Amino acid sequence: MPHPSTTPPLVSAAPGGLAIDVGGREPLAMIDPWRPAPLAIITHAHADHAYRGSERYLCSKPGKGVLQTRMGKDAAIESHAYGQPFRVEGEAGAVEVTFFPAGHVLGSAQVRLRVLESKQPADDRTWVVTGDCNFSAREANPNPTCARFQPVACDVLLIESTFGLPIYRWPDPREEFEKLNNWWRMNAANGRTSIVMAYGLGKAQRVLAGLDPSIGPIGVHGAIETLIPNYEAEGVELPEVVHTTQKARKGLRGVAMVIAPPGILGSPWLRSFGSTRTSMASGFMLVRGRRRWRSFDHGCVISDHADWPGLLGIVEASGAKSVGVTHGSSEPLARYLAQTRGLETFVVPTRYRGEAEEETASNDAGEGD
Amino acid sequence: MRAFTELYDAIDSTTATSEKLTAMADYFESASPNDAAIAAYFLSGQRVLRTVPTKLLYGLTLEITGLPGWLVDASYAQVGDFSETIALLLPDPGKGSDASLTEIYERSIVPLATSDDAARRAIILDAWREMDARQRYVYQKLIRGGLRVGVQKKMVVRAIAMAHDLEPAIVAARMSGRMDPTPEWYESVTSEDAGEDIARPLPFYLAHQLDDKPEDTLGNRGEWLAEWKYDGIRAQLIVPHDPHHNPPMLWSRGEEDVGEQFPEILAAARALPGGTVLDGEVLGWEGDRPAPFAFLQTRLNRKAKTAGQLPMFDERRIVLRAFDVLRFEGKDVRGVTLRERRNILAYLELPAPTIAATKPVEETTWEGLASLRETSRERRVEGLMLKHMGGVYGIGRTKPGDGTGWWKWKIGPMTLDAVLVMAQHGSGRRAGLYTDYTFALWHDGELVNFAKAYSGLTNEEIERVDNWIRRNTVRRAGPVREVKPELVFELGFEGVQVSTRHKSGLAVRFPRILKWREDKTADEADELASLRRLAQQ
Repeated sequence: MPHPSTTPPLVSAAPGGLAIDVGGREPLAMIDPWRPAPLAIITHAHADHAYRGSERYLCSKPGKGVLQTRMGKDAAIESHAYGQPFRVEGEAGAVEVTFFPAGHVLGSAQVRLRVLESKQPADDRTWVVTGDCNFSAREANPNPTCARFQPVACDVLLIESTFGLPIYRWPDPREEFEKLNNWWRMNAANGRTSIVMAYGLGKAQRVLAGLDPSIGPIGVHGAIETLIPNYEAEGVELPEVVHTTQKARKGLRGVAMVIAPPGILGSPWLRSFGSTRTSMASGFMLVRGRRRWRSFDHGCVISDHADWPGLLGIVEASGAKSVGVTHGSSEPLARYLAQTRGLETFVVPTRYRGEAEEETASNDAGEGD
Repeated sequence: MRAFTELYDAIDSTTATSEKLTAMADYFESASPNDAAIAAYFLSGQRVLRTVPTKLLYGLTLEITGLPGWLVDASYAQVGDFSETIALLLPDPGKGSDASLTEIYERSIVPLATSDDAARRAIILDAWREMDARQRYVYQKLIRGGLRVGVQKKMVVRAIAMAHDLEPAIVAARMSGRMDPTPEWYESVTSEDAGEDIARPLPFYLAHQLDDKPEDTLGNRGEWLAEWKYDGIRAQLIVPHDPHHNPPMLWSRGEEDVGEQFPEILAAARALPGGTVLDGEVLGWEGDRPAPFAFLQTRLNRKAKTAGQLPMFDERRIVLRAFDVLRFEGKDVRGVTLRERRNILAYLELPAPTIAATKPVEETTWEGLASLRETSRERRVEGLMLKHMGGVYGIGRTKPGDGTGWWKWKIGPMTLDAVLVMAQHGSGRRAGLYTDYTFALWHDGELVNFAKAYSGLTNEEIERVDNWIRRNTVRRAGPVREVKPELVFELGFEGVQVSTRHKSGLAVRFPRILKWREDKTADEADELASLRRLAQQ
């Protein structure tokens, strides 16, 4: 990573994740490690960012519930409120860490980092790692199920780029939900069950919040239902749902909207709803080919990631002179920022998959259920 | 343009043919005749006279968005469709155009054909200015030469028929000639049925399966016409009264207009007198016998205007072997005996070699016919057809009470025992169940895949096999499950051919499951060599 001085950068891509390094033998902590680490700072609880097995976890206050559900009840998780700096110490020094809302899913956090003490000469710049983030310049808050993205000033910004191409400009989510509700209404009128595929954490609850419960009953797959109490505990209001037990499915058939994880497509579980129409809630649904390849009947363009103007807005608001871009269209975005904004940019290789995961997540959830 | 764009989206957003049809029918019902004509024109696959080159649109996109070319390229790589990439990149569209499809067509599409680049740029920029993103996308599709929205002409035919309460065959006949994006053309297609259409197919007469020996059930050999039973596409060739006004048409048994796939037959049909309807089989022909079915397959569901554009191989041609005549000089002759109809067929002087009458098999005894039938495979036929010379041309599968009628006397299918090695989900009713199977045969101690077959099993067997597959999967690759090679099935098929495209080096025709051989284990399945021997017959 380019850096003017000879001191190593505070954050760098290491084999097991993003390492926070102040010059010791071991990193001080890891951000979203995909291998077990002594100390894991978690931006959000999605499966490609939060892995089991680390000794200690740090996350935002509102993110603790979902992280605990996913990491298991024995995982040692310490949480901190948004905007409250705290200290992380190691043998080689100490760093100030602050979480800020990233607007992605419940509890998602950007991580701001500054070196407080170090035995060796250290990187004195302020870093912000966005994690997955969602920001819209137009919308007051595009996502009512989590705190709104908050711009944070920094010297170096590590930003995601799941939708880092200019083709991605999100339509107004209210219009997309209106279309989804109309689609549901039409299907129900024709005696068809509406199935909307949405990733279990975040997207599913956001879709839930956008549905009009007056149209009919709303069913949720078990994988989604387990997370709803975490949302309720954080004060997020969601419409009432029916768990899709075998018995309940009868009442849902032909009238309901059912939210299910994407892996469910083509499973016997799905067939038990009788005649169905399927939709997928994802930013990728903006592109026809992505909608068509799995033969979705409908695409709901709802994303929990920033679109192209959103990403440019985040970079601008941060005031960062140096920008690292990770997972997604990292190369085009880095090149564009360097060319048009005169920023120092670099690509950070990671294993995060962003929304791609939501689309390809193929588990056997529900098979045989 | 708004309604047409909504129609495009409605068609595009469903995989169900019935919903596509309903969406189109709704559009045709409410659109002006001119809008409807333009919509029918493009939905049927017609194109603008001169397409706008991608280069011009690319240049305009760079100019308007101010994006670097490499970023537009990177975007295209993600979208995979240039029309859509432009639509997604162009700066914020307004509320969209309320102009009718006709206005857009006349103002922003037709003039492109005759303008120079500067004028074309101005026309396109004007069009973009008034349109929203979806309209721009559809507009780009139109000017770049093709909607490609998963609709074929026959679906447009059905939708127009639905919208105007007409018989699909009549609409198809009227749409079989030249299509024009004009209200006059549309009105000529949708005018009320004046009974002028002889172009609709008559019901096909179908044969029954003969399971017993013919001498036991059919009686005197002398009263029967024997013909080889060809394995092609049963078709009705219709030459209207005035072939110059209404071109000849070729209908398959599924009431599908297949003329576009076999233009050489339509061309040859122009030599026939007006008011003729022939019944026969469309075949690939090679020397003195039918070409392998695979040759005919290269033509199926492909549209071509002239024979020159079609895949052609040396000494192989497409022919119609006519075995009956249903109309002659405009008169329905289905009520006269087969003997008389064959006389008419002889009298017609069919334009050979493309259209010719079938030759009767002259063998005079049933025993002689039976032994000749054993040569069916090398003749590339399915067996024999036996038709009573004194019988009329019936409707469908009706069995005449007078002992006449048509019988198919087929040779048995080839069979082999094969091992189930892979499975995939079925579709439709069987979606979610593993019903699409891949089978393998032994070769040098290894299993080599040779055929795919959809289930020919009972529902109860399907569920048991599905359950077994789920519990015995050894590997998954996308939707495909590789399973333990344990289950054995008896497969039947109609023919075997050498193939370079198949791993086994052989391609089987119409493979299907005859029986689940639960009594057999995998090592008792057949060898690939047995299949090769069948291919050499």
